[in-house]
Amino acid sequence: MAKVPNQADLLQSMNYTPPAKGWMDVPPNLAPGNWAYPAKAEKVEYLGFPNPRQWSPADEDWKLPPDWWQRIHEGFKERLGKYRSLQVFMDICVRCGACADKCHFFIGSGDPKNMPVLRAELLRSIYRNDFTMAGKILGRLAGARPLTLDVIKEWFIYFYQCTECRRCSLFCPYGIDTAEVTMMARELLHLVGVGINWILEPASNCNRTGNHLGIQPHAFKDIVDFMVDDIEEITGVRVNAPLNEKGHEVLFITPSGDAFADPGIYTFMGYLLLFHHIGLDYTLSTYASEGGNFGLFTSADLMKKINGKMYHEAKRLGSKWILGGECGHMWRVINQYMDTMNGPADFLSVPTSPITGTVFKNAAQTKMLHICEFTADLMKHGKLNIDKSRNAGKVVTFHDSCNPARAMGLLDEPRYVIKNVVDTYVDMPAQTIREQTFCCAGGSGLNTDEIMEIRLRGGLPRGNALKYVQDRYGVDTLACICAIDRATLPPLADYWAPGVSVTGVHEMVGNALIMEGEGERTMNLRQEPLPGMEEEEV
Amino acid sequence: MKLYNGGIILAGLVIFLGLVTMPVWANLGKPAYVPQKLTMPAAPNDKACIEDKEIMRNTHMQILDSWRDAVVRDGKRVYINRHGKQFAMSLQNTCMKCHNNKEEFCDKCHLEAAVTPYCWDCHIAPKGKKQ
Amino acid sequence: MNAIYSLVFVFALVLIPLFGVGAAQQTYFFGVCVPWTAFLIFLVFFTAKIIKWASRPVPFSIPTTAGQQWSNLDFIVHDKYDNPATTGQTWIRMILEVFAFRSLFRNTSMRVAMKDGKPIVGYFSAKWLWLFALMFHYAFFTIAVRHLRLFLNPVPKVFEILETLDGLLQIGIPRLYLTDMVIVAAVMFLLLRRVAVPTVRYISQVADYFPLLLILAIAASGIYMRYYAKVDVVAIKQLILGMVTLHPVKPIPATIDISFFIHLFLVSTLIFYFPFSKLMHLGGVFLSPTRNMPNDSRFVRHVNPWNDPNIKPHSYAAYEDDFRTPMIAAGLPVDKEA
Repeated sequence: MAKVPNQADLLQSMNYTPPAKGWMDVPPNLAPGNWAYPAKAEKVEYLGFPNPRQWSPADEDWKLPPDWWQRIHEGFKERLGKYRSLQVFMDICVRCGACADKCHFFIGSGDPKNMPVLRAELLRSIYRNDFTMAGKILGRLAGARPLTLDVIKEWFIYFYQCTECRRCSLFCPYGIDTAEVTMMARELLHLVGVGINWILEPASNCNRTGNHLGIQPHAFKDIVDFMVDDIEEITGVRVNAPLNEKGHEVLFITPSGDAFADPGIYTFMGYLLLFHHIGLDYTLSTYASEGGNFGLFTSADLMKKINGKMYHEAKRLGSKWILGGECGHMWRVINQYMDTMNGPADFLSVPTSPITGTVFKNAAQTKMLHICEFTADLMKHGKLNIDKSRNAGKVVTFHDSCNPARAMGLLDEPRYVIKNVVDTYVDMPAQTIREQTFCCAGGSGLNTDEIMEIRLRGGLPRGNALKYVQDRYGVDTLACICAIDRATLPPLADYWAPGVSVTGVHEMVGNALIMEGEGERTMNLRQEPLPGMEEEEV
Repeated sequence: MKLYNGGIILAGLVIFLGLVTMPVWANLGKPAYVPQKLTMPAAPNDKACIEDKEIMRNTHMQILDSWRDAVVRDGKRVYINRHGKQFAMSLQNTCMKCHNNKEEFCDKCHLEAAVTPYCWDCHIAPKGKKQ
Repeated sequence: MNAIYSLVFVFALVLIPLFGVGAAQQTYFFGVCVPWTAFLIFLVFFTAKIIKWASRPVPFSIPTTAGQQWSNLDFIVHDKYDNPATTGQTWIRMILEVFAFRSLFRNTSMRVAMKDGKPIVGYFSAKWLWLFALMFHYAFFTIAVRHLRLFLNPVPKVFEILETLDGLLQIGIPRLYLTDMVIVAAVMFLLLRRVAVPTVRYISQVADYFPLLLILAIAASGIYMRYYAKVDVVAIKQLILGMVTLHPVKPIPATIDISFFIHLFLVSTLIFYFPFSKLMHLGGVFLSPTRNMPNDSRFVRHVNPWNDPNIKPHSYAAYEDDFRTPMIAAGLPVDKEA
């Protein structure tokens, strides 16, 4: 992990005054720490992407193919024809600047190219030069500039300093969505073999092993067995966790991050407890063991390919509908892309809670339900036996993940679930939650440690809001519904609001559930003593 | 060329183009516009207007405005024109004596330019002799 | 620098009719030819741009959701107009966007303050941009509509009412139009904001200053014509009606002041420039996929016309082939025994 400056130095270095030189004349900083490691040749090759090679952004020569200019130009033209969003967003920005201070990376750095408007101009300037009359004739006077190798380098730096969180698009009077622009720019960069390993390796892993982490089926089974053992130790109940079994009503898919690392595993255990508690007829799959989709951060084609596994597996297993776990960008893909890309899934039926009978018409087309919707419905119908005191003493706040917030609108369901299992819940300031939520600064495949300084800078708005409720209300727990959040928020909290721990919503649900036949619960899922049980632990 | 959501987009476009070209089709088939001639006072009483025609056309509204202020606020009632000639500052007794028909005089321009002076909020509009 | 360039351009644009009409007496050229050409170019290229946008598909349903989704859990309150689920609700969202600048209304400004060595990131309501943008657009629209009195004969009563309302304060003679004041104030605000706010100045291009300065010059020439030059409105109406009835008057009435030709030339420039510039946001705002689509893709199918059915996932069969032995060893069910 790159060395990270202390808080005071980092804050000192933030400067919101733009440089005297125009942005076209300011070269990007290509020193290590400003970029994520480039994709390994074998991963690029495996995915069938062009120009696999060993290279470093710090080198002068990026070993681009000789016809790189042509490839980008043609690729740009093709995408302008395929996406109305891109074409319109290239044409209509008035540079009002409303988006400028809405980006977490700008707030944490002051770098003007992190203003969404300027990030888009990086691409728009080339658009004007190559595809508009005014740009061709007037050049720089019309805000146009030719596509050069330096532009490619600048794109690489700044389109991998955007987490596609869409906060800017909320404030834009024309709804210009920098996430769209960033996605297009990343697709263009892939045409010449410029991509980052933290995205392409998980994507290629996911293709082969079924999950980003490259966990093979037998290892996945070991992990699940291990969690079942832990649950038994904690509760005295041995839960059933079927894998790859045919003929169950529900296929459950959650991000693999929850099967792998602390604190995600506790959320996974929470799911297992919940399903056992209500006697859900379900199965997990090792083949579709990934809810997330790093294809979203790569290209529309790869996103489709990776997402295709969900329906493919549901069909093979004969499931009736799919239940999805806590994940951020996974739900953007499911809500906005899945059915369009890989549907219609006519072999499935509209998700219906076997416990409450609720028919989820809002998932009538995708046939896929969010676990928070499912659990909220169970709670509303009083189907869960809950002991809130197991979470006593916790002061909880909730981090809305960008994608469920701004690409779906799943805002109140998780809050409802949380409030049912904890005593004290407070929200962070209004400008930092719900549709205005700030990114964890590690979304869209940027949750890698070599750019930790960039992540922590981008984490300032979230971290500061967290610090505010920590100081004011004694918040000690930050709940979230995203596996990337569970990986990125702990270092963010340690840096900006030390003392706050990060938890999945269903970890708290799992802790609160009174299981049939359980022994006396003395520990929570983290095997820490429950409130009032501390002395017994000694 | 295939359009997507073409129906609604074209409908919107047609409405927009219709609105911006409205003056063209709203005037279709209408005869060429000829500015109306002002009906000058039938019997000029050998009196010329208080000022020259050009001045009157450009500044009659300001003259009337200043008359109102002079009469109502300062009690001055005599207007001396550029030739030293004196007139009573009175819409009723000076102007309307000759220009005795609002429809035939005032309205000719005001209606066409959609100007709505508020003279007649207080004064009684002259209707000419025929009525 | 970009602001200076734009200012020079606008000055140059004033000089063209000033000499063209003043010295060269080309009143017909500037009074009829230029405006008609500019208007035709506007119609053709505006249409072309919209058709170009319409010819691009919307492959995915990508609304930016700005509130709680619709759910059939009745205890969750749906935010209908910020996260519409139906076409009707989306219409309302668009109406709020187009007529009330809903998104800009959310605007905040961010400041980082230090207190006892600790940072505080604060967000403050910043509705000035919204307010002045709204003032500007409504004033511009009202002024444009008001000008129809010169394009229609007889003038419908509604324009007289508009004139009365716009001059409601009855200040001065001719009555001062409120919209004249509003548009100048709003354009000045938008200009000063561009110059004074460092980040906004940094992103501003010639294409941002130019239309503002041009509109300011148009407003200024209009104000000059009305309040100072007292141009011959009837003669101007004769010229304009001649144009729109396709029977241009010839010769152009000599009583028309040169300020009118400057005003007309600047307006012609604006409508000529319009379809090639950012001013096309007028049409684009209606076509923004993040705003004009309902968030319904989980329950209503959205079709991507270029969806490639040949892109298939790495199949389960291939996966099992890859891992069959360890899967069997681990006791995982397999479709095909080894």
